[in-house]
Amino acid sequence: MEEKLIKDYSSPGRTGYSLPPLEVEKGNLEENLKGYFRDDLELPEVSEVDVVRHYTALSEMNYGVDSGIYPLGSCTMKYNPKRNERVARIAGLTNIHPYQPESQLQGSLEILYQLKLDLAEISAMDEITLQPASGAHGEFTSLMIVKKYFEDREEKRTKVIVPDSAHGTNPASATMAGFDVVEIASNKRGMVDLEALAEVLDQDTAALMLTNPNTLGIFEEDILKITEMVHDAGALVYYDGANMNAIMGYAKPGLMDFDLMHFNLHKTFSTPHGGGGPGSGPVGVKDFLAPYLPKPLLKKDEEKYYWDYQRPKSIGKVHSFYGNYGVMLRAWAYIKTVGGRGLKKTTENAVLNANYLKARLKENFELPYAEESLHEFVLSGSRQKEEGVSTLQIAKRLLDYDQYAPTIYFPLVVKEAMMIEPTETENIETLDHFVETMLIISREIKEDPELVKNAPHSTIVRKLDETAAARNPDLHW
Amino acid sequence: MDYISNTAAEKNKMLKEIGVEAVEDLFQMIPEAVTAADDLNIKPGISELELMRTAQLQAKKNKSLDEQLSFLGAGAYDHYVPGIIDALISRSEFYTAYTPYQAELSQGTLEAIYEYQSMICDLTGMGIANASMLDGGSAAAEAVTMAARISRNSKVLLPDTVNPAYREVIKTYGAGQDLEFIDLESTQTALDPAQIEANIDDQTAVVVLQYPNFYGSLEKMEEISKIIKKSKKTLMLVIANPILLGVLKAPADFGADIVVGEAQNLGSGLNYGGPNLGFMACRDERKMLRQLPGRIVGKTTDVEGKEGFVLTLQTREQHIRREKATSNICTNEALNALMATIYLSTMGREGLKEVGEHCYHKAHYLAEKIDNLSAFEVSNRNNFFNEFVLKTEKDNRKLIEELLAAEIIVGYNLEAVGKEGILVSVTEKRTKAEMDKLVEKMEVL
Amino acid sequence: MSIKDDLYYSEDHEWVREEEDYLVIGVTDFAQEELGDIVFVELPEVEEEFDKDDSFGVLESVKAVSDTFIPVSGRIIEVNEALLDNPELINDDPYGEGWLIKVEPADDSELDELLSAEEYAEFIEEE
Repeated sequence: MEEKLIKDYSSPGRTGYSLPPLEVEKGNLEENLKGYFRDDLELPEVSEVDVVRHYTALSEMNYGVDSGIYPLGSCTMKYNPKRNERVARIAGLTNIHPYQPESQLQGSLEILYQLKLDLAEISAMDEITLQPASGAHGEFTSLMIVKKYFEDREEKRTKVIVPDSAHGTNPASATMAGFDVVEIASNKRGMVDLEALAEVLDQDTAALMLTNPNTLGIFEEDILKITEMVHDAGALVYYDGANMNAIMGYAKPGLMDFDLMHFNLHKTFSTPHGGGGPGSGPVGVKDFLAPYLPKPLLKKDEEKYYWDYQRPKSIGKVHSFYGNYGVMLRAWAYIKTVGGRGLKKTTENAVLNANYLKARLKENFELPYAEESLHEFVLSGSRQKEEGVSTLQIAKRLLDYDQYAPTIYFPLVVKEAMMIEPTETENIETLDHFVETMLIISREIKEDPELVKNAPHSTIVRKLDETAAARNPDLHW
Repeated sequence: MDYISNTAAEKNKMLKEIGVEAVEDLFQMIPEAVTAADDLNIKPGISELELMRTAQLQAKKNKSLDEQLSFLGAGAYDHYVPGIIDALISRSEFYTAYTPYQAELSQGTLEAIYEYQSMICDLTGMGIANASMLDGGSAAAEAVTMAARISRNSKVLLPDTVNPAYREVIKTYGAGQDLEFIDLESTQTALDPAQIEANIDDQTAVVVLQYPNFYGSLEKMEEISKIIKKSKKTLMLVIANPILLGVLKAPADFGADIVVGEAQNLGSGLNYGGPNLGFMACRDERKMLRQLPGRIVGKTTDVEGKEGFVLTLQTREQHIRREKATSNICTNEALNALMATIYLSTMGREGLKEVGEHCYHKAHYLAEKIDNLSAFEVSNRNNFFNEFVLKTEKDNRKLIEELLAAEIIVGYNLEAVGKEGILVSVTEKRTKAEMDKLVEKMEVL
Repeated sequence: MSIKDDLYYSEDHEWVREEEDYLVIGVTDFAQEELGDIVFVELPEVEEEFDKDDSFGVLESVKAVSDTFIPVSGRIIEVNEALLDNPELINDDPYGEGWLIKVEPADDSELDELLSAEEYAEFIEEE
């Protein structure tokens, strides 16, 4: 292994902590706890310097947005502003307990309320909950709201419709909420097939889940027809907000007649991905669904902010407290810094950057859909596959050039898919560098295919045996 | 500040390459009807100086725990956070990284998660742990639905000695799976095992226990475990406080099938309740492993035989299994898991042990002094770890208010959840002087 | 990529071998190649009954999951337990040691509805 495990630094008796003296009487814990006493916990015994060296070494084996381009489709890996980190570390804003009296927390509650107002404005939704701690969490919350809504109306509806291009969390969330999932195929232009939709819509449909633009980066031009069709069937329409970076200042889900939606603060609103979280997935709803939102809901009463627990129709709670507050602080700071006009510029440049990459890459890589696209686009590595090299291998070869690969093999509607989303924070040099690298790789595929097939060569570890990892799992030391 | 580097000239170059005149041309396909007539009603962007000023102003409208003495617990705990944690997780290769799908560029994150999984196994005594859940409450909820899937049953025994907020989350998730909840009401601060015995049958999916429980008391874990084991299909779910597992027996030793909990106290700080850190661990058995939600990191070798780490067993997850996935979880709490890993490495076995001892002895010191005051009593005097129930004949709210005026938050008013008393939490951060101060103030009231 | 002459095939890429009073069923070489390295197999219980085209099990590779669909109606009389610890048998020997289930057929005529080796070869060509 490149860097040994922290426990391999262990030396019996070595310590890395300091606590003040006990000051009170030290009883005999073993006696006091009787059948509950433990003395056999094994944990590393290391010094502070050991810890610092080890985790510093680990960080050096990682690649973040600060390292270079991260063109993962639908992930919106934009720059994470450092001033937001400063805000999120102000002690007066963070050293607070969730059950302190509200009168002591008006500063924080006001920040959260402002965030709600801004999200509502951006989306044209009426009411917002900040409780869900991730996008998928927001999806689940929304589907439970849909469920409660129909239960309240004494309508039994068991199906949720999801396009075949949808992100996996959509059908998974639907299942968690107890719905059956009905998948509909996209049409030849990569959009929702209206006929297919009409065929599955019936009295049993609870909701249609959509993202717009979709995972191909294509805007559903028939969106108002779609939402109308779903509403005519008595069902609701849900908006997956993962792709909001494509429409801020241009289109609003509320105006597309979506009934409810989730936001990803860790995508559109620049909060860091953290290697897999924490994120935050607020949910926005139209007024008629507000009664079902999780409790408590943040409200304002003249000049005072408070948590409203008097919500008899609420679905309950999805998080033990109020959601990922620390992430919300960063999103608040982002919106304050960028401003209204700035958000529109953000969208414009996200779309500009993506279209620029598309224009420069479509000669060498197949573009399966000729439609215009917004902040992301999907290429197919099918030509290269015919030459003997797969999209996976292309992705791994990119790593040799110190760039992160796009999302691969998603969406499922495209063979050998490469889903590319540069975001607005990349400058023309990094975009050109990415294009040049892709062109170099497509030449390598013709001239020296083995080089690409056996990539990566220069990373800390080379291609890892995932089969062995799954067949013989080694999941802890 | 809009974080866009390209100049007008550079943008024009790009527009030319694409073949359009202006950037607005790229949005032609969006129908007018879905576009607002006015610009976004959000103030123009401000500079960093203004941002910090604004943020500090907001902070001044708060009264943080830097400015007063707090004994609040009830699921979020004020523990010592070593400074080394922030220094390390602030390295941008950690916090600006994505989920480690491209393993070769993410060995740092992956190895750290492997260490985290290992330490959670060490703490809980269980065989397998995942890479984290969103928080303790949702972890408990997903453990309950997991138990329902494994046992193919739908009844859940849910005592009221489990954190009420967790019970709400569990029930919300349970409603998605049509689970049936049997609420067990305890008359004391700890359960009577007979209640479990009376309500368990072969249709019970899982019994949920908290350790220590919401009131700080220890349930009769051995006895309850025996009762549960008699019902072959029923699982035992333990919600454990991880920071106390340096001195408290591992839940695995009581026969737990799944262990979850809130690991915010392992180095994340309070942050008004989020981001938190759910952890989840289960027995090392194929049928449990396949039902476990969340990401899992495994160790393997590369083509040259070098050891490395990958995300594994991904076929349980949403991006492959979609509607048949064990859970929808995608983004979890990876950075907080890293904080916990650094915390546990820093404290080590001795440090965690000492934290547990401080918590226990200090809490008992305070409880004894309070119990000796005539107007107050500690109702679970004989069975608590570091959280206890303070009872008084006075009005709870009034007592809390009067102490607040003396800059002390005495605890969590249990009337908010329909119970009597005030829940008082004592951690290693509390000093003798602070505790004496509380007692002094209480004496006068 | 091999196809054996003496077997029946389904459009779901299962093969059927007729024994004296039961049928042996597995997945074809084409199927195992498409799936990649198989890491886990979910098999039905003995005595379970299925109708033709029902899903009777699941094959998992590192990156994909696939249902297996029963080509004929019948009752399970044996499952290949060796696959639980050694799923790679399906990749290494899909027509032999990688067999999945043994079935007592409900209706012998259903075999006529299946493809011959030639027909299956043509079918794959088109895919």
